Amino acid sequence: MPSFPLPPLSPALPEIFLAAASMALLLFGVFRGERAAREASWLAALALVVAVVLVLGGGGPRQLALYGMFVTDAFAVFMKVLVLLGGIFAIVMSIRWNEQARIARFEFPVLVLLATTGMMMMVSAADLISLYIGLELQSLSLYVLAGFKRDTVRSAEAGLKYFVLGALASGMMLYGCSMVYGFAGATDFATLAATLSGGETLAIGPLVGIVFVVVGLAFKVSAVPFHMWTPDVYEGAPTPVTAFFSVAPKVAAIALFLRVMIEPFGGYVADWRQVIWLISVASMVLGSVAAINQSNFKRLMAYSSIGHIGYALIGLAAGSKEGVESVLIYMAIYVFMNVGTFAVILLMRRNGEDVEAIDDLQGLAQTHPALALSLAIFMFAMAGIPPLSGFFGKLYVFMAAINAELYVLAVIGVVTSVVGAYYYIRIVKLMYFDAPKPAFDRPFGAEMSAVLAVTAVVTLFFFIAPSVVVDSAAAAAASLFPG
Amino acid sequence: MIVQALAFYAFSAVAIASAVMVISSRNPVHSVFYLILAFFNAAGLFVLLGAEFLAMILVVVYVGAVAVLFLFVVMMLDVNFVELRQGFLQYLPIGATVGAILLVELVFIFSAWAFGGGTLAAPAPDPTEIANTHALGNLLYTRYVFAFQAAGLVLLVAMIGAIVLTLRQRVGVRRQKIARQVSRARAEAVEVVKVPTGQGV
Repeated sequence: MPSFPLPPLSPALPEIFLAAASMALLLFGVFRGERAAREASWLAALALVVAVVLVLGGGGPRQLALYGMFVTDAFAVFMKVLVLLGGIFAIVMSIRWNEQARIARFEFPVLVLLATTGMMMMVSAADLISLYIGLELQSLSLYVLAGFKRDTVRSAEAGLKYFVLGALASGMMLYGCSMVYGFAGATDFATLAATLSGGETLAIGPLVGIVFVVVGLAFKVSAVPFHMWTPDVYEGAPTPVTAFFSVAPKVAAIALFLRVMIEPFGGYVADWRQVIWLISVASMVLGSVAAINQSNFKRLMAYSSIGHIGYALIGLAAGSKEGVESVLIYMAIYVFMNVGTFAVILLMRRNGEDVEAIDDLQGLAQTHPALALSLAIFMFAMAGIPPLSGFFGKLYVFMAAINAELYVLAVIGVVTSVVGAYYYIRIVKLMYFDAPKPAFDRPFGAEMSAVLAVTAVVTLFFFIAPSVVVDSAAAAAASLFPG
Repeated sequence: MIVQALAFYAFSAVAIASAVMVISSRNPVHSVFYLILAFFNAAGLFVLLGAEFLAMILVVVYVGAVAVLFLFVVMMLDVNFVELRQGFLQYLPIGATVGAILLVELVFIFSAWAFGGGTLAAPAPDPTEIANTHALGNLLYTRYVFAFQAAGLVLLVAMIGAIVLTLRQRVGVRRQKIARQVSRARAEAVEVVKVPTGQGV
């Protein structure tokens, strides 16, 4: 009888901890009953904070673990911290809102924890199998979260739509994986990279496989033309869930996108660049044009996130170390802008009812000056006005595109960001120059104010110390490119 | 050898016959039972191939879970199967076309098998050395332990999700409380009333 040594588990410690914590929290919730939602939420946020500490403590040189299925490197650490931050913000922001919407149940933080675990597995995937399992763990939790407010038709519709289309995308991606496996004979990224690097251009078989994998990933990051689910799901899902959707899964899927394209298929940038180029342009154009006509703030944010993903994909299209670095910086900045904006949306409630229309923001500067100021900061940052953080994100991305000689892509990016600035700045105009509508319900709650303050300060003062993010992003990007 | 051949023909004949009965029997409950019979015979064929793990899985999953689920659906839903059958002849051409295509494909496969020559021999491990359940376990819990455990988490999420989305706390439902029933004393159950003669209670 052959004996097997226990594989070293320490690189996967944060994931193991989170999985165990979510199960412990599930037990806690079941024994405490329905009243446990608030404690469970705070405990889940605490678990995520501990996971951040574990992730940061586990940094260091690249190491493969669990028989080559799992990898930790500087890139994984950077992306995992972003994902975990998104999870922490989402849970903290959900507590009050869920209680007001009467969906405060302990399963909510448990599902967020499990989804976050799946996202961290995606970020650390070093094998097509672990990639797919992580993605499914994440997606399945998110489908349930989208339908969490099950008594409203819209939430149920959002969950169902997301589920059906997500299953389709998963199927496409699995098909792509099977093609790649069939032609390369391996599923782990290291062997794939070695096997595929034979010829000048990629054979047609693996290329078709890669295209299908890209389709699946593009769906998960909601890039055009696989974005159709985004506005409906964003609008229908409970707002804290939408806030979570717009941050953590995007970061994880972009991380997976970068790793898959650079590690196993990195030798064929010329082959897949045209695909990413097209997706990027289409996302930027649709994200800026389609958002103009929206009257619902959550729908607007859906189109805005599609546009932002387009900008992030510019860096991937560059395919260089600099390009990856720019994507990482962009995503880090995006997380804070987006969480802040959703904090404002969560506070938009009048007479105990949620309001989501953009027109409800009219005259916010007179009724809630601080809220209006922070939303103005986020909107200017999203539009890319210097010296706010969003400007730097776009700057690095465009610079990477120009250095990779993708001039057309950079020009289209600049043009669409000017178009997109219209609807961001229109919101500022509504808040500052229109006649005020009745004030929103108070109090906002200390934790919401804290989230708003943190995100606004980071967005506003990013330019003072950009090196914190830029340096770690550079180290993270370098870890994707061996040698 | 001859015993194996006999067993093969017996299993396949019953499997095909029960498959025919699945679609031709009038009573849907009978159809499901024939389906179970077909599953059992397929499991027998797997055993003949030396894939006893697949055979067990087939029985446990398909007979134990899927077929029972079918039975539940058939028995609990009021589906009018006579009405469903009405359009049967109408769809016969389409069904026949699909069947013919499948038949042609089968012929291709067999001819490639017979005349192609360059077929790969299936890598068959020596069954005396290690049972395939054992071999699968060795792989699942070592090389693929990460995927295996994570798949377990996915199933956990599916369970939580099903409960979150469907479980409703219904008010006004009387549940049986066994502890209360057992601890019920005579004093609170029976009231002894002395009835004076000639008067009511």
